[in-house]
Amino acid sequence: MLLTSLMLTPLVGAIVVFALPAARTLLAKQIALVVATITTAGAVYVGVSLKPNAKGMQFTESHSWIPTFNINWALGVDGIAAVLIVMATILVPLVIVASWNDVERIGRGTVKGYFGLILLLETFMIGVFAATDLFLFYVFFEAMLIPVYFLIGRFGGPQRAYAAMKFLLYSLVGGLFMLASLIGLYIVSMRTGSSGASFDFQTLVNLNIDPATQKMLFLGFFFAFAVKAPMVPFHTWLPDATAESTPGTATLLVGVLDKVGTFGMLHFLLPIFPEASRFYAPVIITLAVVSIFYGALLAIGQTDMMRLVAFSSISHFGFIVLGIFVFSAQGLSGSTFYMVNHGFSTGALFLVVGFLASRRGSSMIADFGGVTRVAPILSGVILLAGLSSLALPGMSSFVSEFLVLLGTFSVYQWVAVVATTGIVLAAFYILWMYQRVVTGEPSQEVRDTVTEISPRELAAIAPIIALIIALGVFPQAALRIINPAVQQVLNVEQISNGGQK
Amino acid sequence: MTPNVQYGALAPITIVLLAGVISILLETFLPRTSRRIVQLILVFSSLALALFFALLNSYSAKTGSAMGQGGQLRGLRELVSSGSVAIDGPGLFLQATILLVALIGALLLAERGIDPQGDAFAARASALPGSEDERQFTNQGWLQTEIWPLFLFAVGGMLLFPVSNDLLTMFVALEVLSLPLYLLASMARRRRLLSQEAALKYFVLGAFSSAFFLFGAALIYAATGSMTFGEISTALGNSSHDGIVLAGVGLISVGLLFKVGAAPFHQWTPDVYQGAPTPLVAFMAAATKVAAFGALLRIFYVAFGTLRWDWRPMMWAVAIVTMLLGSLLAVTQTDIKRMLAYSSVAHSGFILLGIIATSQAGLATSLFYLFAYSFTTLGSFAIVSLVRDPSGEATHLSSWAGLGKKSPLVAGIFSLFLLSLAGIPLTSGFTAKFAVFGAAIEGGATALVITAVVSSAIAAFFYARVIVLMFFSEGKSDDVAVVVPSMFTKIAIAVTVAFTVLLGILPEQVLEAVSNAGLFVR
Repeated sequence: MLLTSLMLTPLVGAIVVFALPAARTLLAKQIALVVATITTAGAVYVGVSLKPNAKGMQFTESHSWIPTFNINWALGVDGIAAVLIVMATILVPLVIVASWNDVERIGRGTVKGYFGLILLLETFMIGVFAATDLFLFYVFFEAMLIPVYFLIGRFGGPQRAYAAMKFLLYSLVGGLFMLASLIGLYIVSMRTGSSGASFDFQTLVNLNIDPATQKMLFLGFFFAFAVKAPMVPFHTWLPDATAESTPGTATLLVGVLDKVGTFGMLHFLLPIFPEASRFYAPVIITLAVVSIFYGALLAIGQTDMMRLVAFSSISHFGFIVLGIFVFSAQGLSGSTFYMVNHGFSTGALFLVVGFLASRRGSSMIADFGGVTRVAPILSGVILLAGLSSLALPGMSSFVSEFLVLLGTFSVYQWVAVVATTGIVLAAFYILWMYQRVVTGEPSQEVRDTVTEISPRELAAIAPIIALIIALGVFPQAALRIINPAVQQVLNVEQISNGGQK
Repeated sequence: MTPNVQYGALAPITIVLLAGVISILLETFLPRTSRRIVQLILVFSSLALALFFALLNSYSAKTGSAMGQGGQLRGLRELVSSGSVAIDGPGLFLQATILLVALIGALLLAERGIDPQGDAFAARASALPGSEDERQFTNQGWLQTEIWPLFLFAVGGMLLFPVSNDLLTMFVALEVLSLPLYLLASMARRRRLLSQEAALKYFVLGAFSSAFFLFGAALIYAATGSMTFGEISTALGNSSHDGIVLAGVGLISVGLLFKVGAAPFHQWTPDVYQGAPTPLVAFMAAATKVAAFGALLRIFYVAFGTLRWDWRPMMWAVAIVTMLLGSLLAVTQTDIKRMLAYSSVAHSGFILLGIIATSQAGLATSLFYLFAYSFTTLGSFAIVSLVRDPSGEATHLSSWAGLGKKSPLVAGIFSLFLLSLAGIPLTSGFTAKFAVFGAAIEGGATALVITAVVSSAIAAFFYARVIVLMFFSEGKSDDVAVVVPSMFTKIAIAVTVAFTVLLGILPEQVLEAVSNAGLFVR
């Protein structure tokens, strides 16, 4: 019941917050923060007490939900899901602190609406990572869209309606194809499974689906995950969605929600469709490499910092997908760890960009310059967040990027070599942005508006930075539970593919 | 030989039709002032009584052969009235659905708190639009209580339609349900010319489709020598069939596909939905669809079941065109009622998937879809009737801009209905879609499901666009307001919201009921 209560906590919080009178803004924020912190504590407990070498899922629970279709409320986590849940639940309270005054500043929508939606989103985020029934997974996968849709559409920038619509449609279309594949998978389990029709993850893994069917069903799932991740060429919704949303929403959107795509590839596609995964791997790896470069190159060309971070994420997601589809232990561990680190480092970047934008009323690079003269601590935070994003050694993202490249190198040497140049581009767009925003002589507007980082903002960003450095120095904390889980995925995959390397 | 009439089995139908007759007498003999209240009591009590009998029939265990195989609904399962009416699990489920829809529909029709001049119907339908007579009747606060007998007859016809077991009974039911609806459609209080035009279109096209049905019935009779479905099925199974049979099947399909609003026989839907009084549209969009799909299911599963390899290609084509055309045309609409009309066309296409599956699962999931869809539709039209400007309902999409600010509750509920129509998880629409798609893939119609997925994706666009309008954009005109209705509409909306959410979160009870309903009796 632990995972269910973990999900219910933010849900109850959301209902309470929604039920408050609109004028009680401070109370709404306080309740949201307390509830989110309790959830974090629960998630950390799950992460810490997880037994690394136990086989299969842990903290499992299963309750019959729709017996007609053998659908169960089945939850459970392995190392991969656990670290992502911990990452997500750590980000939520920090996002709440960081966007404490955002709604008032925007002047649209209600405070309780914003924080209620964030808590609602947290419920679905935990659910989507913890679901071991594929139907349940799909339900959360789609349900997540609704709070984000309203978070972007209600609280976003001038083009918010367009961005929210684009986000929703891309995700829905992807989701619908996944639905078709999901139903197909269910019918396959009905026809070939020994235990009848089922959505249960383990049952579906044990099915021996013939390769031709696998290849068809794989596509529906992959399409949904690739839109979510987002991979080139399904990525165009992301820059619009992030540029129009508040920094808090963008953090949750890119830091957590998009991980569902790569999580789905790693956690569902590889074990359930092992042959198809091998079959499509060359195409997917190509797309991943294209994403790495395309994202990085476009990031260089951006004039808006929010969009820059969005494009850099597309590049990072390329690395994550690359690590998944090379089918080596380092690659998979690296990708999983990368998902966690990317959540933190992108979150940090979005939040500091948000701090800058809240002062200057704009997130255009050209509107800044010389920030270090007026706000040295804030500048330091920007630098740290940036360095984490470009994977400097000592930062956690370095470990994961290194692992991904190592894993790739052992299988596809040339791909690894090519991908490594992506890192150089990352250094370029981050440092160039830093140079234009932070160094130089501040203009009069910057002098007038940009103030030093406030204690509240520091409280929101410091834990993230601390985590990034701590995990960089001591990655074993996370890899301890990631590695065995990844090995299990790999075992399933390799047995099905005749043990080939 | 005197025909043996099983009154218990026929009770839901006879109660409603009898109430219709009483209702006419009340119109004749009661003074004008007391008519409304007496009519309302009659309507609600007769519908509730009929629903009670329908439920009783579904759960009363009968002895002997009437029992289905193990695990099936322990309800009536027999042919009555010399084999012209079939009372069985699916039929009873459809009847219960229609009666529930009628009860909610009656609540909406009875609403008098929305329009300051009265209810949604013209004070005197016989007065010329724009005439001095009309103004006088309106000012004196006349109400057209004749809608109630018409409504009851329509419901009676709908109850008979899906349980009729021969072509003639089916035709009579079709007419009994259609004619009152043609009349009611013409009686809107506001924009009367539009309403009359809509009704005339509906009538002329409906008359055509009835003629097609009748012609088809004649051909089938010529080919098989029988009118009852069971005998038709046997005759078609024994002999090699020829062109006459196929022409007959085709013509009957035209008649029925017209009623469900499937392309290419859907053209009446947008005009009628736009012109007719909104509470009536709410009722007929839901109930007519249930009744007509019930009839379509029965005739194609029972009478033409052996011909399924012949009619399947036709149904495939109809389903594909219906889904895609409905979604694509809905995208271009600027009027909310027309948009919902095209969306209902697209939904007809989805339900056709269940018919094409021709399996127990296909039947069960179609029934579930109809049940789930009815309440969402009723609810969404109920909301449409609340958004008004001084000239009547504000149905142009631009008037809905910024509604989320004026009335967050109404906009929120409407969003729920739209999300359900779009098939988002945790709403009834998703469960229904999931179930039907599953049955269709199981029945080998994977290509159709992919088409359905594509058209759902297109459809998502226009549903989401309305939500964007309501919540994310600023309203331009200030004279658009959300009217607070009386208890009638409030109850109706509350019930439809409850069904939409419950069938999304806890659908098991209803799913079990439809899968236990078994197949049609022969």
